[in-house]
Amino acid sequence: MTDLSAARNRRDRNTRWLLLTPAMLVLLFAASGPLLIVLVYSFLTPGDYGGVEWQFSLQAWTNVLAERDIFTDEWQLADAHLTVLWRSIKLSFMTAVLAFIFGFPTAYFIATRPPRQRDIYMLLIMIPFWTNLLIRTFAIMELIRNQGTVNTLLIAMGVIDEPIQMLFTEFSLLLGMTYVYLPLMILPIYASMERFDFSLVEAGYDLYATRLQVLRKIIFPLVKPGVVAGSILVFVPCLGAYVTPRVLGGGKQLMLGNLIELQFGQLRNWPLGAALSLTLLVIVMIALLFYVRAVGREGETNV
Amino acid sequence: MIEIEGVTKIFGVGAEAFTALDDVSVTIDANEFFTLLGPSGCGKTTLLRVIAGFIDPTRGRVTLDGNNLLNQPPYARPVNTVFQSYALFPHMTVAQNIAFGLEMLGKPGSEVTSTVDEMLALVRMTEMADRKTSQISGGQQQRVALARALAPRPKVLLLDEPLSALDFKLRKDMQLELKRLQSETGITFIFVTHDQDEALTMSNRIAVMNEGRIRQIGGPRDIYDHPAERFVADFIGDTNFLDVELLKVEGEQAHIRLPSGSEVVARAAQGGGRTGGEVTVAIRPEHARMDEAEGALFQGALSNVVYVGTDTHYHIDLDSGGQFIVRQQNQPDQRHERQVGERVGVNFGAGIGQILKD
Repeated sequence: MTDLSAARNRRDRNTRWLLLTPAMLVLLFAASGPLLIVLVYSFLTPGDYGGVEWQFSLQAWTNVLAERDIFTDEWQLADAHLTVLWRSIKLSFMTAVLAFIFGFPTAYFIATRPPRQRDIYMLLIMIPFWTNLLIRTFAIMELIRNQGTVNTLLIAMGVIDEPIQMLFTEFSLLLGMTYVYLPLMILPIYASMERFDFSLVEAGYDLYATRLQVLRKIIFPLVKPGVVAGSILVFVPCLGAYVTPRVLGGGKQLMLGNLIELQFGQLRNWPLGAALSLTLLVIVMIALLFYVRAVGREGETNV
Repeated sequence: MIEIEGVTKIFGVGAEAFTALDDVSVTIDANEFFTLLGPSGCGKTTLLRVIAGFIDPTRGRVTLDGNNLLNQPPYARPVNTVFQSYALFPHMTVAQNIAFGLEMLGKPGSEVTSTVDEMLALVRMTEMADRKTSQISGGQQQRVALARALAPRPKVLLLDEPLSALDFKLRKDMQLELKRLQSETGITFIFVTHDQDEALTMSNRIAVMNEGRIRQIGGPRDIYDHPAERFVADFIGDTNFLDVELLKVEGEQAHIRLPSGSEVVARAAQGGGRTGGEVTVAIRPEHARMDEAEGALFQGALSNVVYVGTDTHYHIDLDSGGQFIVRQQNQPDQRHERQVGERVGVNFGAGIGQILKD
């Protein structure tokens, strides 16, 4: 009996591994392979017309953070890279915060509707998400450019005389990225809230907690895994965002994604591009590590 | 003392409107164990939630010691609830759950600690203080929910079917435990249940509800022995109903004539009722006696004998039509076994039958 069931268990385990094979193959060739190439390239010398020379060099990695002054030949911090890096992290973080501020009440609203209405609201949240990113970004551009809808309206109403410069600023990037990634914040928070037992809210009120206290001490701790997941889901793609800063930043507000693209394109420095890509990957890994730790702790208490 | 006056709650509007509470009035004394008993959908939980503050009534007044409760939000009412699902906070330990209400009231730390310890001892959960609520059994969760609701010393404790998730043995223990806690703390308990045994075991008084209305209020014995109307008699325990002719009423005594022609004295309907004509009389199966057919109040043929351990149930097809059940306690030295088909008679004493209002 025990032998039989043990044998069956072993067989089951083997079949399950077999089921993983297609996914594993795809991952091996489409993810691990290119990653390995990027890693190797980051230690090579740039070729004159793009590509790489097969000559080992640490130049690309030093160039990520430092550069040699053209005139004095002294090493100094690569201000341009650091500015872009800092802007990427700052804007991604602020986008995550904004998405949380807009997403949390939205998710709460949807989760407290009757079940049938919830699906409709979720559909409404998802529809823009299914629309092409470029089209949505250009739509925002149309809204906020100097001769765009918002400025035209404000001028027509006499609120302002001169159009407000919104496009090609950090504001336009924030607006664009918050809009684009908001569903990624709402979805996981909503998933947490849907499982949330709202009789706990009543219990809180019953035990003399005010609305704010119920939110802080009961709702928030229990949906925190959703909030953390949402923040990561927004933060990570923002770090590598390419289209939004390209269109709404107009080449002035570069982010990491644009910088990397520059190295592989116009600047023909593939090794530096590769090194920057890996730097981005490391930042993402740190963010994910933070997520695993935060959720791991909460995971035990949350059903 | 809680005074509920003319409370009505209508959910929805127009054709879909549903009256959950229909002009409910009741006064619940301080330090009373008061039970709202009724089938599901009778409005008992709605009434409890009106008192807790989770539902605003459409009409009516609710006061606690003369203070209007209805204009206070739930977190301002000195009323706590033990929820049917317990609703314990899963991210807190047992002790943190119990401390929650006290902390929200802004009690100093030392008082919180001492009250939590006291409550843990009261519900015998001291050893479990640092466990997460998911790590304790259903019965233990029940006791934590109780301790959490009692800790802030509410004036009134509302209990929404708190025992329904427990198994039979545990439920019996908790019934006595609840009764003990109520008398030890001196807090008014308002207990909602659909279980008549629970209601009869624990309550000082019971309000039997149906279709949004209170049908009868009284002590357990009063409700059981003297149901006012058919719904109450039917809902609580087993009852035989006989259609009889009411001859005359003298105070509590009602002279009736059974279909067999025998005349007997029953208890008059509560609060008036008819003084003549066709009425229904209710007789509990254990209040009637099975005798020899000769000389009994009415006769019939034994159609079924059901042995249930402590008792035997005798099903009798009456000569006048209908069925009558007599329940008799089994004796160890019982000699005579009745046979199905045997002709038997039924007797009951004066004042045993209860005339129903409708």
